[in-house]
Formats: sequence, C-alpha cells, structure tokens
Amino acid sequence: MTIAVAELRVEDKLFLNRYLVDAGGPHIKVRPHEKPSPNLIALTRVCPAKCYELNDKGQVEITADGCMECGTCRVLCEASGEIEWNYPRGGFGVLFKFG
Amino acid sequence: MTAEKFDAIVIGAGMSGNAAAYTMASRGMKVLQLERGEYPGSKNVQGAIMYADMLEKIIPDFREDAPLERHPVEQRFWMMDNTSHTGMHYRSDDFNEAKPNRYTIIRAQFDKWFSRKVREAGATVLCETTVTELAHDTNGKVIGVRTDRAGDIIFADVVVLAEGVNGLLGTRAGLREMPKPETVALAVKEMHFLPEEVIGERFGLKGNEGCVIEAAGTISRGMTGLAFLYTNRESISLGIGCLVSDFASTMESPYALLEAFKRHPSVRPLIAGSEVKEYAAHLIPEGGYKAIPQLFGDGWLVVGDAAQLNNAVHREGSNLAMTSGRIAGEAIFHVNSRRNPMTKENLALYKTMLDNSFVVKDLKKYKDMPALLHTNSCNFFMTYPQLISQAAQNFLRVDGTPKIEKEKATTAAFIKARSRWGMVSDVVRLAFAWR
Repeated sequence: MTIAVAELRVEDKLFLNRYLVDAGGPHIKVRPHEKPSPNLIALTRVCPAKCYELNDKGQVEITADGCMECGTCRVLCEASGEIEWNYPRGGFGVLFKFG
Repeated sequence: MTAEKFDAIVIGAGMSGNAAAYTMASRGMKVLQLERGEYPGSKNVQGAIMYADMLEKIIPDFREDAPLERHPVEQRFWMMDNTSHTGMHYRSDDFNEAKPNRYTIIRAQFDKWFSRKVREAGATVLCETTVTELAHDTNGKVIGVRTDRAGDIIFADVVVLAEGVNGLLGTRAGLREMPKPETVALAVKEMHFLPEEVIGERFGLKGNEGCVIEAAGTISRGMTGLAFLYTNRESISLGIGCLVSDFASTMESPYALLEAFKRHPSVRPLIAGSEVKEYAAHLIPEGGYKAIPQLFGDGWLVVGDAAQLNNAVHREGSNLAMTSGRIAGEAIFHVNSRRNPMTKENLALYKTMLDNSFVVKDLKKYKDMPALLHTNSCNFFMTYPQLISQAAQNFLRVDGTPKIEKEKATTAAFIKARSRWGMVSDVVRLAFAWR
C-alpha cells in the first residue's frame, strides 16, 4: 500500500500561511553589494521561506513577502551590515493561526 | 498617546510577557503590554509542550478553561538512520492523573487565552503595535518606549523586555548582544490535521492521551539538531531544528530536511493522509547558561527567550519563559510596593530570585553541553546513530553467521568509525557535561 504524504515545495508551504503584506515597506533590505559574503549566499538555501535569491549578476536579492520573521538572516548577516532588519509595522507580516 | 504613565510596560505577549504582565496586573499594578502581532500568539511558534507546574504557579485553576490539547502518556526517543530508528519508549498510566504534568498546546490558541487572563487581571493590552525603541533619560535609565503608533514616548517606571529570541530592542539599545549563529537553532514546523480517532489509533491513545516523539540522527545530516512529533487533539505538530551556524556552513535547506523527515519510513505512516494547514519557522535559544546576557539594568529587565532562557537538553523553553516572567513580575512588585525606584540596584532582586529557581540551576547544570554537542556534531548526529542502527540490525538479523562473529563485526565497526580513544573521550565528555 502506498501511503500518501504529499510532497510540499516551500512555495506550497508558504501558501498555507496567512500574511498581511506591507506593500509600502519591506521589513528586510539587502544593502547594495558587488560580491555577496558566504553567509549572504547561504541565505539563498537556509532562509526557511526562500526569500533570498541570486540574480543573474551573482548578487543576492530579497522578496520578503513570505518571511516568517524567524530572524535567521539577521543572526547571520546583520552584524556585517549586509542586511537591514526591522519588524514589520504593527499588525503586518506573518500571522500564525496555530504557531 | 496621552502623557499617562504606567507602573510597568511589557513588550511582547508570549509566554514570558504574559506571565510578567499577569503577575504585576493581578497584584494591582498599572500595566501596559504591547504586542506587534494582530492578536497575541500571531507571531509565536512553539512545538509545543506546556508544563503544568509553571503555569499553576501563575494561574492555579488554568485547567478549567485553557485550550489544552492532549496530556502525553508516552515519550519516544528515536535515534534515526536513513531507513530505521532505534528507540527508547516510556509509557506510563501514571501520566493519566487528575492533574496531568504536561500538555501539548497550540500556541496561537493558548496565547489568546493567556492574554485574556492578563486583560481580566487588569492590564491594558495593545496589539498591532510595534515598539520601535526604548526611551532613556539623560542618565541612560529606561523611562519608556516609542511605538509605531505615535511619536510620543509612553512612560513607565520599568520596561520588561519579553521580545523573544529575535528581540531587536534590547540589542539595539546595547543592553545585550545579538544571538550568535552557534547559540540559536532554526526550527521549521508543520501542522498536520487528522481526525481525532485516527490519531488515537495510530499512536494507541484513548481520550486525551498524547504521544511525544523526539528524534535525532541522520535526519539532521550531521548538523546539531533534533526533530519532533507531538500529538494534538486533531492535529500533529511536526518539525526539525538545527543550529543556524550548521545551516550556514552546510547550506542545507530547512524545508528539505523537514520533507525528508516526513518521508522517513518511520514517520510517513504516522502522518499519512493528513492535511497540512500551516508552515512555521522560529529560532530557539541554544546557548545555555554561558549565553545568558545581563538580565537587568536601570529601568529594565529581560525575560524568556530574549534572555536565552531555554534548556536545550530537556527541550524546555516555555516553562523557563513563564517562570522568568513571573519572577520578574514578583521582583518588580516587591520594589514597587516599597515605593523604591526601579534602579539597577533594586532590580538585581530579579536575578537573585532567578538564580535560586530551577531556571538558572538547570541551565548551570548543563553549561558545558552546548559546547560538547556543537563541536564534532557529526559524531553524535551521524556516526553513532548509524553505528547503533547497524548494531541493532546485526543483532536481530539471523543469517547463519555465528554470533561471536556478529559481535566482533559490531565492535570493529564502532572502533573503525570512532576509534577506542574517540569513544572513551566522547563518553567522558558527555558524562562531565551531564554532571
């Protein structure tokens, strides 16, 4: 008997969540850079919401809409100044139904 | 905001913030609690197991209306390789008691309940309000906060920072350092829904009995990590977490780890046919005793995850959070009731009380454990689980090989993988760290 455990891509997972996106101001910004550090590159794999991606120039970009506000990127890249991390405005961002 | 002044402002409506706010408000203090989420719990993530004793000390009759899921009667510890698990199970009917020792909970629901109690105790709770900075006087004393609602300072005698593991305010104000990648774990989690009776059948549970599985091994791909599966009434919380420093160096993706754990032959049948309704991620403090920051100062205290108060060995976080919040509330009330100022000197009472509680005593006991598990994590999370699985299979599989040869093969495998000296050293280091 095959047992059904649906395989979920990270995009499918994020689709399950409830967000109130602050269209006016993303709460995380990547500072302009030439060559990303190893930690910044790692975020393209380690961010649990896959918010970070490499563009065709080899630089790291962020789309923070699916961010779960865990802070992993802040711990890895804020001290070096590569990213700027703020909380979303009150009421915005991820809204966990179960947590 | 008006120029109204509060006895205390609590930042955050998680376990520690709610405990602190409740403790102070129920003693008649004028408390304002600020939460950036739409409702209390909307930013909070936990496994989650809640220990009764710590909540009883705050709200003795919580069982009457708190949203509790199941009380675990069975705990399974699994050491996993890619196709097997070697387990230790403990199940006892003693856990079916009138007042069970622990419960699985769903944080967003639990936190709403806790927050209602805080409001009933008399605190003002303001949600959808992000505190943007702490306000100081010219001497550096914290005198209140600024929020994204209005530019004016909201004043208070003392500010309790219950802002969680990823708290920005305390670190930006220079009150503590930001967590280091090796002192926090990133955990991802899914909520799998199944009918109540299906969960009962699969885990051999009746009524509100629950089962807890905690698993380590090749599922973390050599990283320091742990996976978990907790039964709720009609859902299963399941997740995996590893150190952020390990994620960064291995470039593993947490969602890929979670998918592999779900698909493991030991896990797959337990969640088969479930409907996933949420995916969450959160950091867990893992630094232990040595990572505890300065806990108090002029006009402020820090509690819970923000203070790294988490016992990684016993997987206890929310009870340390609740207890630190309660103790902070009691210490502040003590100072307040004597009409003393909220100076660093007077608020040192919080640390004295916390040092004498299980919170700091437990963390002190395991002060060397993070260093042990975080160095050469491959041995504990990859090599040993594989060796143990091979040994168990070698012991159980009957294929005509004489037993003496089987035993020799098992011993040889251990020595080859870790060397005699390596194993002795691992055991000694583990024993010392556990002591």
